[in-house]
Amino acid sequence: MPSKNNKREPQISRRQFLLRAASTCGLAAATSVWGYVFYSKEPVRRSDTKILTFKDYRTGENNVYPHLAVVHGKDAEKMVRAAIDRIGGMGRFVSANDKVLLKPNAAWDRQPEQAANTNPAVVGAIVKLCIEARASEVWVTDVSVNDPYRCFARSGIEDATKRAGGKIKLASENDFVLTDLKGESLKVWPVSPFYHKADKLINIPVVKHHSLSKCTIAMKNLYGSLGGQRNRLHQDINTSIADLATAIRPTLTVIDATRVLRRNGPTGGNLSDVSIENTVIAGVDLVAAETYGIRFLDLKAEDIPFIAIAEKRGIGTSDLKLLNVAEIEV
Amino acid sequence: MIRKILTLRNVRRIYAAFFLLLFIILLWLTSFNRMKGYETPLFLELDPLVAIASFLTSWTVYKGLALSLFVIIGTLLVGRFFCSWVCPMGIVNQVIGSLFARMRAVDAAELNSYRVLYRLKYYVLALFLVLAAFGSLQVGLLDPIPFVTRSFTTSVFPAANYGRSWLYLKQPLFNGGTLLGLIFLGVIFATRFLPRFWCRVLCPLGALLGLFSRKPLLRIWRDVDLCTDCKKCLGHCHGGCNPHSELRITECHVCMNCIEDCPENAIHYGLPKPSSSAQMPLDVSRRRLIESVLTGVVLFPVMRSTFASGTSPQYRVIRPPGSITEKDFLRRCIKCGQCMKVCPTNVIQPALLEAGFEGLWTPILINRIGYCEYNCVLCGHICPTGAIKPLTVEQKLGKSSGQRQVKIGTAFFDRGRCLPWAMNTDCIVCEEVCPTSPKAIWFQTFDVQLRNGMTKVLKRPFIDPTLCNGCGICENKCPIRDHAAVRVTSIGETRSSLNQMILKS
Repeated sequence: MPSKNNKREPQISRRQFLLRAASTCGLAAATSVWGYVFYSKEPVRRSDTKILTFKDYRTGENNVYPHLAVVHGKDAEKMVRAAIDRIGGMGRFVSANDKVLLKPNAAWDRQPEQAANTNPAVVGAIVKLCIEARASEVWVTDVSVNDPYRCFARSGIEDATKRAGGKIKLASENDFVLTDLKGESLKVWPVSPFYHKADKLINIPVVKHHSLSKCTIAMKNLYGSLGGQRNRLHQDINTSIADLATAIRPTLTVIDATRVLRRNGPTGGNLSDVSIENTVIAGVDLVAAETYGIRFLDLKAEDIPFIAIAEKRGIGTSDLKLLNVAEIEV
Repeated sequence: MIRKILTLRNVRRIYAAFFLLLFIILLWLTSFNRMKGYETPLFLELDPLVAIASFLTSWTVYKGLALSLFVIIGTLLVGRFFCSWVCPMGIVNQVIGSLFARMRAVDAAELNSYRVLYRLKYYVLALFLVLAAFGSLQVGLLDPIPFVTRSFTTSVFPAANYGRSWLYLKQPLFNGGTLLGLIFLGVIFATRFLPRFWCRVLCPLGALLGLFSRKPLLRIWRDVDLCTDCKKCLGHCHGGCNPHSELRITECHVCMNCIEDCPENAIHYGLPKPSSSAQMPLDVSRRRLIESVLTGVVLFPVMRSTFASGTSPQYRVIRPPGSITEKDFLRRCIKCGQCMKVCPTNVIQPALLEAGFEGLWTPILINRIGYCEYNCVLCGHICPTGAIKPLTVEQKLGKSSGQRQVKIGTAFFDRGRCLPWAMNTDCIVCEEVCPTSPKAIWFQTFDVQLRNGMTKVLKRPFIDPTLCNGCGICENKCPIRDHAAVRVTSIGETRSSLNQMILKS
């Protein structure tokens, strides 16, 4: 008895057979080509990621002006203005249509009085000066240790920046760009993307005590450009800080010593740890500025190995007697 | 024209869209840089089941939970409107269900008729209320508002952010987030087989509102003289409440679809007419109800005779600052995940079994993911039930007179893993980031002899347990990435009198 499921496959013509044979051969050939093209001895194919290097943010040498301007006073904005005017004015550093990146210390969820972050008035004043020098954009950034939104809000830096006409720029994890620092300890690190987008870089540290490196001022402030597992830097902190200062050459450094955190740094938290020094220091030479700053922590240049390493590498001069330091009162 | 567009059904749709959007916006606003005094836990506060269950556990109607009275009173007057007009869970189920399940009219009539299965939610409610009466608040497991808040916080929002960073600066990671996401997807997937599966079968809040809507003032009525028994009213019925026969009033969501679908204008909403059909009362089996109650009666002592956070301090159960004692915490926490959403460092995580079965999805701190921000008190201010009490920064840090800082745990060094202790390598990152002043992590300088005979001056860290508040930033920033060399456990937490180690503290 024939099957009840008796639907039959239709017969094919010679033409159909040839077409089918051709398409089968085509598929087989395509399979072989695919295997040939993608054959690899590596389990995963990687595209080469581009590794950038830092540009030199400095403008040309100029011996007309003093190396460092040190200003004492009460009003932060006036002090910053006086300091930068004394070394040639912002026009010496920022040209029209420059994108300027400001790097204050905004690492901690602390209030201005606690002196764990750069004084917002100093940051605001510099933003204003950049805009007056006709910078196209002024960005303020940091890779904070605490939650970045809280750090920028509670340090007052966000408010001061926005009021002066600048922008806060925060990087998310996937924005960081691999950058070769070509240092002794620091090789390739993820770096905040804005360092590669900006034309000029102004380093605005605050003077603070630090248990391991003894002080954190201008050179260690550059630590805030890095992402990734940067807490490993402590294992060789002096070489790391010198490497940072070698790789990143800011246009200008303005040290905020209006309030100085003398103990329990770099976090602080207690007003009794803070001393009021009412000073702002501006200069191009990172090492000289750093060396001037350590006096507020009762330190000497020879106590601090990374200053010696940086000086040996020719980053700057730590002997202030050799330099022209202008002290001003406003 | 306007009468054609502004039908009752469309008015309901406008409300539904508004409330769903409001829910998402309020949840989006629940973060440090966006909140500016908005009532972000609004939906949780409107939830009468949260208010009633937490009232049973602790005899209080806490702050904003009083808002749920509006929903209760509204339900008594106009029926179970919450489910299809306000509830984000119901609206999500409805929208996605109607997008993916296209049904023939005859199947729709079959699927949208009342089923005995729909009784289940009343038994679920009975079980949760019995547990609550004994002092264990488990209602958050299935209460739709905590459920949907938790699912969005721990899986939907983080997944939406993945690879784009448009919602968060740092990609949030959640302990067991995939499980929470799968449960949410599973519930939505069930609408492929039965429309509004969650709302009709499982939802304990729906059951509670069903109880309140047994005799509402205004309801759906069918005119028996006009009705031709065509069953078209079943085509889009949300609740599965049989508008074509004797209406199951406790199941009706007042979605108004039957009114629009009736070709004879036989259905209206309002007061009854002389020709209006009779209605069916609440349908539950007394035996099943007693079974559910007995399950609760048995389950409570079982849960309380287990080694879990409710019975003995657990070292991994570090609760957010301001949390009340563990027994009370389990009376108040509805596992809604608001604290997890607002936490700026992502440290607050849904527990799996760290706190025991009772503590499933309650907030714990996992310091490898984040740490408790020293000056931050957001979690206590967002908590809708008071499981985490609102602290001022001064209270948390112990800066007001006569007060000590709030401790959530204590840090301990693992000297076998710590770089300066075990490997003679400079580090003390923990000391750098320690936020107290003076720092709870301090160091001594040692002259150590290295393997090659040289000596090295090295700083090795110590903990001062009286200064440590257990914030865990040391554990978070420790360079030993996988298993930190300094770790916080819950010992010494302010909220507990049992979980203490130091005599004079």
